[in-house]
Amino acid sequence: MRNKLHTEPRIHDPDDFYARLIGLHDGLSSDQSHDLNCKLILLMANHIGDREALDEALDVVRKYRPQT
Amino acid sequence: MRGVREIYPFERPAELDSATRSRLPVIIVGAGPVGMAMGLDLDRHGIRNIILDDDNKVSIGSRAICWSKRALEVLDRLGCGERMLDKGVTWNLGKVFFGDRKDPVYGFNMLEQEDQQFPGFINLQQYFVEEYLIDEIDNSELTGIRWENEVTAIEQTTEGATVTVSTPEGDYKLDCDYLIAADGSRSPIRKMLGFDFGGETFQDHFLIADIKMKADFPTERWFWFDPPFNRDQSALLHKQPDDVWRLDFQLGWDIDREQELKPERVARRIRAMLGEDLEFEFEWVSIYTFQCRQMDRFVHNRVIFAGDAAHLVSPFGARGANSGLQDVDNLGWKLALVLQRKAPARLLESYNDERVTAAKENILNSTRATDFITPKSKTSRIFRDATLELSPDFEFARKFVNSGRLSIACILDDSELNTRDRARYDCTLVPGSPGIDAPVTIDGADSWFMKTIRDGFTGVYFAQEGSSAPDGAAELETDTIPVKTVVVAGDSGADAGSMVDYKGLLRQRLDGQAGTYCLFRPDQHLVARWRSFDLRTVRNAVARATMQEQMA
Repeated sequence: MRNKLHTEPRIHDPDDFYARLIGLHDGLSSDQSHDLNCKLILLMANHIGDREALDEALDVVRKYRPQT
Repeated sequence: MRGVREIYPFERPAELDSATRSRLPVIIVGAGPVGMAMGLDLDRHGIRNIILDDDNKVSIGSRAICWSKRALEVLDRLGCGERMLDKGVTWNLGKVFFGDRKDPVYGFNMLEQEDQQFPGFINLQQYFVEEYLIDEIDNSELTGIRWENEVTAIEQTTEGATVTVSTPEGDYKLDCDYLIAADGSRSPIRKMLGFDFGGETFQDHFLIADIKMKADFPTERWFWFDPPFNRDQSALLHKQPDDVWRLDFQLGWDIDREQELKPERVARRIRAMLGEDLEFEFEWVSIYTFQCRQMDRFVHNRVIFAGDAAHLVSPFGARGANSGLQDVDNLGWKLALVLQRKAPARLLESYNDERVTAAKENILNSTRATDFITPKSKTSRIFRDATLELSPDFEFARKFVNSGRLSIACILDDSELNTRDRARYDCTLVPGSPGIDAPVTIDGADSWFMKTIRDGFTGVYFAQEGSSAPDGAAELETDTIPVKTVVVAGDSGADAGSMVDYKGLLRQRLDGQAGTYCLFRPDQHLVARWRSFDLRTVRNAVARATMQEQMA
C-alpha cells in the first residue's frame, strides 16, 4: 500500500542535483561522507515530516537490504 | 565513606512463642521505598499488613536520586511529600553537552506547566526517602516493619499464601490473603516461585561516584556525550542535598572492575571532569551494568509483584523507583476493595494490565535512550553524532537527542476501567490521565487541587454559580463504594468546603466548563467525565472502574 511517498520523478534538472549531491562528498573519506549523509537524511526526513511517507520510504529501502 | 545510618533492631515476633499461626490480610516482602509505600497506602485504605525485611538498615549509598512529580504526589498522600520537597534539590532544567564544545547543544525544562505543588523532579538520596517512610510507618496503625525477618519459603493456596520466616531467634510461619513481593531486582520470592524475568543485560559498565564537594554548578542535570574527560563515552553530573553530587561515567564493556574502583583512579577521573584542584570526599562508589527486564505477569493468584521485583530498567530516565511508586498507587485501592469484598478479585487483573503496559513503556523508553547513549554500531554512532552536531542549529535535531526520557506519569488511556468521553474536551487530560495540579483555596486557605482528590473516588464539579453540588451527588457519598464530590465554586462566591480556582488554571487544565463533572479514581487518575451530572451515569462509571456488573 503506497500512497504518501512520492516516487514519480519530481526533481527539476536531475543531472544538476545529482552532480551537486556527489560534489558534496568531494575529497572526503568514507566516514566523513557517511556523517554528511546522515545529516542530509535527518534534514530531509524532517522536511518530509509525514510519518506515513517516512515509514513507507523505510519499507521501500528495507527491500534492498542484503540478506543476512 | 560517609553514611552512618541507624540500625533498626530485631524484635522477637510473637509468633515464635505462640502455637497458633497468625493470619494477615497482606504481607509485604521488602522494606524498600516500594514495599514501605505499599504498607502505608494499604494502611490508609484500612488494610492491616506487615512488611518483612531480611536486613536491618536503609539502603547504602544514594541509589535512586531523582523523584518525579507523580512519585511526589503519591508520597505526599503517604505523608512524606512536603518533607521530601523541603530536603530535596529541586530542578527542572537539563543541559546536554557534546564533545569539545563549551556550550550545551541542547537544554530542556521538565516542568512544562507551572503553578503545581511539586516540580518536575527533586533529587534526594534514597536513604532519606526510606527514613521518612519509616517515620510514617512508626506512626501508623495498621502497618509495621519486621527487620531481620527473611522469607525463606512460600506456599500458595487458593485462599492465600503461607511464608516461612527466618529470624536470628528462630523460624516461624505466617499466613496471608495476599502477598506483595517488593523484594527488589533479585526478588527471592520470584525465584522461589520459579517465574521468568525476561529481558537483556547491556554490555556496558557505568561508574557511579557520589561525592561531597562545595561547588557552584547550577542545580541542573548535565549530561555529556563524548566529553574530553571521558572520550567516546558519556558522563552525568547531578546535585543532591548536603553538598552531595552524583557523577556517572560510562566505562565501556571491557574493563578491569577492581582497577576502576580504586579511589585514586576514581579521583583522577573526577579531577579531569571538574578541575585538578577540586577538593572532595567520597560518599559512595559503585560500578554497575544495567538490565531491562520484566515479568510477563505481575499478578500470580495470591502473590503480586511490584517495583524492581516485577520490572527493571536502565537508570536513564529515572524510571525505576518512580514506576515502582506508581505500582503502589495503582494496586493499593484495588487490593483494598477486593479484600473488603466491594469489588471482585478480577479488579486486580487491571493492576496487572495497567502496570505491565507501563513497564513495557518504561523499558521501551529506557532501551531507546540506551541505544542513543551507547550506540551499538558504527552507523548508529555516526547518526548519533550527526544529530548532536545539528542540535545547536536546528530544533528538530534536538528532538532526537536522547539522554534519557525522564519519567512522566503513565497515562492509562487503554484501561478498561475508563468510561469513554461523550463530548469534546479541550485539554491534554484524557480518561486514564493522572490529574493535573493547580493552586486553589479552600475556605480561604491555600491548597492544591491534587490534595483534594486523593481520598477514594472523587467527583470534581464545576459550578456555574455559587458552589452547590449537583442534585443527587450527596447520595453517592453513602454508596458501598462512595464518591465524594468536590465543588469548584462558580462566579458568585464559595460556600464552606468548596474550592476556589483563583487563577482559573484548574478550569483551563480540565476544560472545566460550567456543569462539567470529572470522576477521579482513588489513585487520582481521571476515569470518566461528563458535561453535566447524572447520578446513574456516575454510578455506572464507578461500577465499571471497579469491575462490577453494570447497573441497569
